[in-house]
Amino acid sequence: MEKETVICTCGHENPFGTKLCEKCGNPLTEEEKNTKVVDMRYDGKAIRSKTYNKSFVDKVWNFFSSVKVGITLIVILLLAASIGTFLPQEMYVNAGSPIADKGAYYESVYGFFGKIYYMLGLTDLYSSWWFQILVGMLGISIIVASIDRGIPLHKSLKNQRVKRHASFMKRQRVIASGEVADGETTLNDIEKQLKAQKFKVRRDGTALLAEKNRISRYGPYINHVGLIIFLVGVSLRVVPGFYVDESMMVKEGEMVEVPGMPGYYFKNEKFILETHDNNGQLSGEQEKQGVNVVAKNFQTNAKLYKQPEGAVSGDTSELELVKEAEIRVNHPLQYDGYSIYQMDYRLGDLSGMTFKLMNKATEESYGELTIDLTNPSKMYDLGNGSSVEILTYLPDYDGFKDGQPVTKSPNPNNPAFIFMMKTPETPEGETSFVEIKNTIEPLGENQNMMKFVAPQTSNASGLTINKNSTLPILSVGGIIFLLGVAIGSYWNHRRIWVQITDNQLLLATHTNKNWHGMKRELDKLSEHVALPAYEDQLALTDSEDEEEGDQ
Amino acid sequence: MNLLSLSGNLLFVAFIAYLIATFFFGGAVKNSHDKTEAASRHADRWGKLAISITIIGFISHLSYFITRWVYTGHAPVSNMFEFTTAFGMFIVLAFIVMYFMYRATVIGLVALPIAILIIGYAAMFPTDASPLVPSLQSNWLTIHVITAALGQAVLSISALAGLVYLLKVVKLDKPSKDRFFLEAVMFFLVVVIGFVIASTTFSAMGYEAEFTYINKEEQQAQIKYDMPPIFGMNQYQQLTEGTMKPLIETPPLINAKKLTTVTWALLIGSVLYVLIRLIARRRVSAIFQPLVKRANLDLMDEIGYRSVLIGFPIFSLGALVFAMIWAQEAWGRFWGWDPKEVWALITWLFYAAFLHLRLSKGWEGKKSAWLAIVGFAIMIFNLVVINLIIAGLHSYA
Repeated sequence: MEKETVICTCGHENPFGTKLCEKCGNPLTEEEKNTKVVDMRYDGKAIRSKTYNKSFVDKVWNFFSSVKVGITLIVILLLAASIGTFLPQEMYVNAGSPIADKGAYYESVYGFFGKIYYMLGLTDLYSSWWFQILVGMLGISIIVASIDRGIPLHKSLKNQRVKRHASFMKRQRVIASGEVADGETTLNDIEKQLKAQKFKVRRDGTALLAEKNRISRYGPYINHVGLIIFLVGVSLRVVPGFYVDESMMVKEGEMVEVPGMPGYYFKNEKFILETHDNNGQLSGEQEKQGVNVVAKNFQTNAKLYKQPEGAVSGDTSELELVKEAEIRVNHPLQYDGYSIYQMDYRLGDLSGMTFKLMNKATEESYGELTIDLTNPSKMYDLGNGSSVEILTYLPDYDGFKDGQPVTKSPNPNNPAFIFMMKTPETPEGETSFVEIKNTIEPLGENQNMMKFVAPQTSNASGLTINKNSTLPILSVGGIIFLLGVAIGSYWNHRRIWVQITDNQLLLATHTNKNWHGMKRELDKLSEHVALPAYEDQLALTDSEDEEEGDQ
Repeated sequence: MNLLSLSGNLLFVAFIAYLIATFFFGGAVKNSHDKTEAASRHADRWGKLAISITIIGFISHLSYFITRWVYTGHAPVSNMFEFTTAFGMFIVLAFIVMYFMYRATVIGLVALPIAILIIGYAAMFPTDASPLVPSLQSNWLTIHVITAALGQAVLSISALAGLVYLLKVVKLDKPSKDRFFLEAVMFFLVVVIGFVIASTTFSAMGYEAEFTYINKEEQQAQIKYDMPPIFGMNQYQQLTEGTMKPLIETPPLINAKKLTTVTWALLIGSVLYVLIRLIARRRVSAIFQPLVKRANLDLMDEIGYRSVLIGFPIFSLGALVFAMIWAQEAWGRFWGWDPKEVWALITWLFYAAFLHLRLSKGWEGKKSAWLAIVGFAIMIFNLVVINLIIAGLHSYA
């Protein structure tokens, strides 16, 4: 299909959809011919989305390139985001809450509203499919709109003619016209003065074009590029290996395989909690909101070990110490792209239990044993022919199921044991089921028992392991965005066209923003060169001022 | 006198200076009605005096900030009192800068009263200096909060210019939506005064009433009211003898103490508003309208747009970029959808929409002025409601 063209009076052949002739700026559309001030947003270039609207592709393109659609998406996102702050999101709901089911939790705490809020999925709004689709649509809108307008604008700014059609100049916002004494000298003076005002000046016979800070027009496109890079960075998080976010609870003295960090082991040497001396001044409100003003420091003294290359998972025989660190809030341990953060702590966790093996009748002791609840031994020899064997260990005993005792979790919250106790008097052994408050003797009455003596407690550090390989991409996106915003905001593109024919001067100006600055440039120019007064054709009408005259 | 009380006195000096400067700005604006040369020279002199006093006030305010910083050892932006005071200081700074860019005295007439209200509001919160919790012990606290507050302050100037614009153009003699909402803005400002009056009066009376109640986790807790309890907490039990019995008991989800404070502010604010209306026999907007009669609309529109242009990059840097860097450093995630974070994002999206509407849809003048006021309302919402009502990482007081 042959493309239509629009031929200007100057003879230049413009692409279909052009508003102002690419060469001389003469208005080409009826709309532009009839306005007082022409639309200079893209310097009158043909914009694809404003020109074609036939095929499906055109329609999709036009939808996403529309600034109206873009603004609508921004407003919808803004409203949606605010709804998510009505109630705490699921990730902030206390995991230790006695109500395991989140829905029931919201209903019990926030009533009917909480139930509806949860049912609508608003408690996990920001990871919902529709929220992410909205962000994605905004991203597409940014890309399409930038290409749609950015490329024509760039072309037009690159190929600017000095000489413009009089009707183009008269339709600029701030203009001046009138007679000057000596055309040639005036034009030379203008050129000299505008150069002194740091304009780049070009001449074409009796016409002059002065321009500064063109880069400002590219600011929005630069910041959009930054935003897109940022969004791409965020979405790369789903690529395996790019993003690790794990957490672990490690007791003092314990060494664990680091989740999400294969081949590494972490040892918690010591957990430190320091508090300020403030006579316990904590208001009820602060307590309620979890603000802990007494805390001064949370710290885990840690050692990070690495397995040698090719070691079998779980083989801790040849660990190499790679890093020793004091992990505090705001001061994570950093190694090999991973960071380990101090997040949480637990004081006084049950870590061991001490029992005494004794004769029930005489209360005579055969000796004591301490069981490490994370790593219990199979057999404890008490000497003198007495021993205790752990037949079954249930760290988090949860009753019997199908005749078998079961554990809820591997954490020693409610430990229970089945012991085999042997003494010189009972060499064949006696079986005893012991949980914290209860002892069962399943195979008949025993002579001996395991008496609970004391608990051992330890502190545990809650840590998160994070690796985010998308951070460099996000940083680049963020920096480009900020640069673009600064360029677009702090610089102003200013242009001044001057034509003098037969001592008749016609001056027109254009700036993308800050007309006061533009006028100040003209004021400065007028101080040095005698010029007719300029006129702002779009000054906001100030009806109150006229009434003022009556008073 | 120790450093902390010195710092408090400096803040008081700033407060008084802003109050005096407001009257001088009033004088400058009033005199500019007259177009004769003598009067304009007169107006010029008033204007110069006004800005000089403003600058003295600002220096005193800045000295408060620095001395408090020296005393506590961290930037004084870590609780509601400190942050709000700093926000007021940055508004004055942004105004001074804008003044020297555009010489718009009329903005001073709005900026200083707003700064005074903000400082007054701040002073209603506990002013004790307290040590920082571990998560705030970072240089990023200083960098993030100061940049974000500065960005917000510059963006606020846009709302002040918008307010002047609307006060001038909105016709107050016939009913319209503009007239209604403009008066609503005025009413809101009077309610802030109501809050200050309620807080100072009850604290001067030494009012205290303690209660136990059952919180939403169904546990017993204790609460101390500093205003007579209009609303009582869920299943409250009065502990203090001889104080007022709450009129209405609220369900556990509602913090009756805060609701009581809001109600007192509204009550006293409304009474005050009605009194003003009765005495002046016109709308509050109408009282201020003559003062902005000579304001240059074009200039107000320009200042409104320009301050968004200047403020938006600073806000993006401080409230989003620095915030993300700090969050990444402290918690290993640069973004956590914490309510305060979300509202910073909402503010950012709003001003992005503002700029796009202005650039592409030609929203200038009145529309732009209203948008600027909505933007300011969002920031105030983020400061007041999100910090005080919705619990999160940024809950201060």
